Amino acid sequence: MSALKPKHQRLILVVLALVALIGAGLLAAYALRNQANYFYLPEQMQADPPAVGQAVRLGGMVEQGSLTTDNDGVTLRFAVTGNDGSRIPVRFSGIAPDLFVEGSGVVAEGRLAPDGTFVADNLLAKHDENYVPKELEGMSQMQAAKMAEETTVGIE
Amino acid sequence: MHGFANPKRFLTLASWLTPLLLMAGLVLSAGALWWGLTQVSPDRLMGETVRILFLHVPAAWLGMGGWTAIAISSLVYLVWRHPLAALAARAAAVPGLVFTLICLVTGSIWGRPTWGTWWVWDGRLTSMLVLSFLYAAYIALAQAAAREGVSARIPAIFGLVGAINIPIINRSVVWWNSLHQPPSITMGNSAIDGEYLAPLLVAVVGFSLIFGGIVLARMRALLADIQAEARLRRRASEAV
Repeated sequence: MSALKPKHQRLILVVLALVALIGAGLLAAYALRNQANYFYLPEQMQADPPAVGQAVRLGGMVEQGSLTTDNDGVTLRFAVTGNDGSRIPVRFSGIAPDLFVEGSGVVAEGRLAPDGTFVADNLLAKHDENYVPKELEGMSQMQAAKMAEETTVGIE
Repeated sequence: MHGFANPKRFLTLASWLTPLLLMAGLVLSAGALWWGLTQVSPDRLMGETVRILFLHVPAAWLGMGGWTAIAISSLVYLVWRHPLAALAARAAAVPGLVFTLICLVTGSIWGRPTWGTWWVWDGRLTSMLVLSFLYAAYIALAQAAAREGVSARIPAIFGLVGAINIPIINRSVVWWNSLHQPPSITMGNSAIDGEYLAPLLVAVVGFSLIFGGIVLARMRALLADIQAEARLRRRASEAV
């Protein structure tokens, strides 16, 4: 070590400190893996259900065709599905956010009822990572390119 | 690289680079914002609120980029002891904090109509809020160290340690379930339609140039401060 220039000693010291620091950070993040989740997925809630009445959040996709409104006009019933097809029925009374539609993501804040229904006090709409203009809605990129091609046929 | 550590050479470079970066950045950012705010069509789900994207995303990237700059400058200062590196780290802190705050405020305004809430304590939002606190602490520490004449090594170590938050912010939406959506732009892939992506990238370049210009301007101001103080001290000792 004594043969090293002070500059190189400092460099080695700082790099070692950084490696230790990043290691500690990664370990902390790994330990937080399950605690820092903002919500339960339906499959997590089915595998390891929270206590009945405990305040939790449930997140997933609103199942297509499952959304119904009760006769009182403010109670919504729908099912939230996870990645592996598991589903949890949800009941919510109140005003849903604009982005809340079938087939989109939702985070419901509430508690599990004894009958397995999730009773939500609050709904948060989850936006996905896709940003698509209105005109191209529902089109895959290939379809969109094809349409663009068709509509420009004959235009020089 | 070592050549630019000479303050005199740095000042001649910065004196023409600063206005160039600021002007080019202002033109590009203004153009990108005009493009994004008036020319692109509304999003299929969010409608008009998608336009916040063009301010929110560049601000978020620069908030994180600012701390990355602090960390790299701190490393250079600790290892090579270049005084200019300590100044660069100090100069990057205030614009970094401003961009982080812009990101938090625009995100909150965006969250209300799209998610239905101003704020949630999920991984992404919380780690970004922590970043703004780190900036505030760094600014206070660096100023105190400069005022008291303590070594700039203390804020430099803080700058390096705080850098651990940057990968956490970046990965927060991947590691944990969060209300914030996962990244739209990953290595070579974009889930953002080209119509939005083009003005977004122009805005990122424009805001980055402004950031660079502000850092250079603040470094010049800090250098001038140090020189003025040294001159005053010299005069005071001559007068005695």
